[in-house]
Amino acid sequence: MSVQVWTWILVGVTFSLYFGIAIWARAGSTKEFYVAGGGVSPLANGMATAADWMSAASFISMAGIISFAGYDGSVYLMGWTGGYVLLALLLAPYLRKFGKFTVPDFIGDRYYSNTARTVAIICALIVSFTYVAGQMRGVGIVFSQFLQVDITLGVVIGMTVVLVFAFLGGMKGITYTQVAQYCVLIFAFMVPAFFISMQMTGNPIPQFGMGGKVEGGTFLLDKLDTLHTQLGFNEYTSGTKSTWDVFAITLALMAGTAGLPHVIVRFFTVPKVKDARKSAGYALLLIAILYTTAPAIAVFSRTNLIETVSNKEYNTIPEWFKNWENTGLIAWSDKNKDGKIQYVAGSALSSKKPVFTKERGIHGERLISNANTTANELYVDRDIMVLANPEIANLPNWVIALVAAGGLAAALSTAAGLLLVISTSISHDLIKKQLKPNISEKGELLAARIAIVVAILIAGIFGIYPPGFVAAVVALAFGLAAASFFPAIVLGIFDKRMNKEGAIAGMVVGISLMLFYMIRYKTGLIGVMDPRPVSEWWFGTSPEGFGTFAMLVNVIVSIIVSRVTPAPPKKVQEIVENIRIPSGAGEAVSH
Amino acid sequence: MNSKKEKASAYWKENIKYLTILLTIWFLVSFGAGILFREPLNEFRLGGFKLGFWFAQQGSIYVFVVLIFIYVKLMNKLDKKYGYDE
Repeated sequence: MSVQVWTWILVGVTFSLYFGIAIWARAGSTKEFYVAGGGVSPLANGMATAADWMSAASFISMAGIISFAGYDGSVYLMGWTGGYVLLALLLAPYLRKFGKFTVPDFIGDRYYSNTARTVAIICALIVSFTYVAGQMRGVGIVFSQFLQVDITLGVVIGMTVVLVFAFLGGMKGITYTQVAQYCVLIFAFMVPAFFISMQMTGNPIPQFGMGGKVEGGTFLLDKLDTLHTQLGFNEYTSGTKSTWDVFAITLALMAGTAGLPHVIVRFFTVPKVKDARKSAGYALLLIAILYTTAPAIAVFSRTNLIETVSNKEYNTIPEWFKNWENTGLIAWSDKNKDGKIQYVAGSALSSKKPVFTKERGIHGERLISNANTTANELYVDRDIMVLANPEIANLPNWVIALVAAGGLAAALSTAAGLLLVISTSISHDLIKKQLKPNISEKGELLAARIAIVVAILIAGIFGIYPPGFVAAVVALAFGLAAASFFPAIVLGIFDKRMNKEGAIAGMVVGISLMLFYMIRYKTGLIGVMDPRPVSEWWFGTSPEGFGTFAMLVNVIVSIIVSRVTPAPPKKVQEIVENIRIPSGAGEAVSH
Repeated sequence: MNSKKEKASAYWKENIKYLTILLTIWFLVSFGAGILFREPLNEFRLGGFKLGFWFAQQGSIYVFVVLIFIYVKLMNKLDKKYGYDE
């Protein structure tokens, strides 16, 4: 059977499964809608958290980024896993004991102030929207790639599917659908990895294969380092970023992970404090399976790519190369007219993406108009590494189709989780807690569902007409979370003296500083000002790593301000004492 | 009431002790072995891996997982000791 037929079958089967679950787990009350009734088992919650966490970016892009960045890619691997240690040890058990629905709930009550709650709502919305905008684009790309429709239609299909899940089930439906999605996505990620590891190193476990030997007896990583050096790239295992920047980015990603509202809210769904701890452990274990495989895939595909294309005649190149060239994700320009592909260090193009002319060259290649004069003749989009890997390794058609189903599961589960957080922020934190406190449960549920529809529409518009800054900003959502929530929550638990003045000042200064740096050095002020050059970075810190700096400023400001203003009231100090003790968590309640 | 408070603060102290130890390990494997000291560690090898590189892309993640499960175990024991388990 062809790849296309297999794709339709696998996508059809998995989607019927998701819909079935969503209908079975319909939410009847606000509690079921927001925190799945608080009765999810730790393992199921771990799986849902893992699926929620691993987006299309983790599934498709991460291995590709690492394969081009080598050691520098470690920031994502450590950053996006190490954050769970912080979450498990510093946040999850206490927030579960506190027993409310959302992060702004905690901030508002702990800091006995509606201003603090409002600041937290705004931070939650900024963080979630920057994140979800990128996800909807991802959903569109995945759908369009696999179902052979254009991106706009892809986004619309994705929106509809997410809408049905979120609308029907709320947190309950989403949680159980995500359990199924985790199984699909991890299976889809691992199967090709096993095959390729076996082919290249004779060891089917990719984590071991990565450190294994290839034909001829040299270690795979040594071979790759040699290939890299010969072609003028940096050694794969060394990287190019400064040690400080690697440090800063890793810490920002870790603290950001622990501070992301859609991750934290997960730990409100388990019955007991004990379960919240265990659940974080399961979540990380399940995430680690993918995160330790990704660097192995990166090494396999990097080696495969170089060996397949470097100095090879274009005429003899395998079919997959031309297929991806046709989609515009690979481009080759025969600069020295020898008919062979020269792939060496340096960009092959004078701008970021290839610009294709309508004509074909003498070898049948697509001509591009923006080739520069460097020796490198090849452009390869990083996103194709995971998608093309099974084709490059000549794996059976059903494996290639499986990757499609896995990519869709990853993109949908994350988008659904995020949209739920956005709608909760609006219906619960904003409407119920601020604007209209006496709203009925039915009314609140209705408001939540309307908010979800609106949020999906906005996210969908971002997905169809991506503002240029979205892609640049997604990675920075972590910096924003690290600079705003993380310190406020941790200090709220571990520093009894922390008061509303300190926390508000810290959050406002932290998120403003991060936004300022982001706009100044990464995105520019759209249409008014371009980003400032790298040479002007403060202490050589990249915008991605600046979250670490902004977070430290947040902590310092919070502590100083809190010490010169009155201590929090007795009642609040009692709340803090109470959340430090695990027993008597009860169910998550709204009042 | 007073003994209840003392119990709570003793529990909290032990909890902080565990956190300090576990987070030190967390820091050492990732920021230590994987970032700050990776150059000297890269002189050593683990099969086909340079050791610093292995910590950055594999080892630290395994340690993270183990750390959380150790924490779960320690805290469950601590909860029992103070009668906070349920």
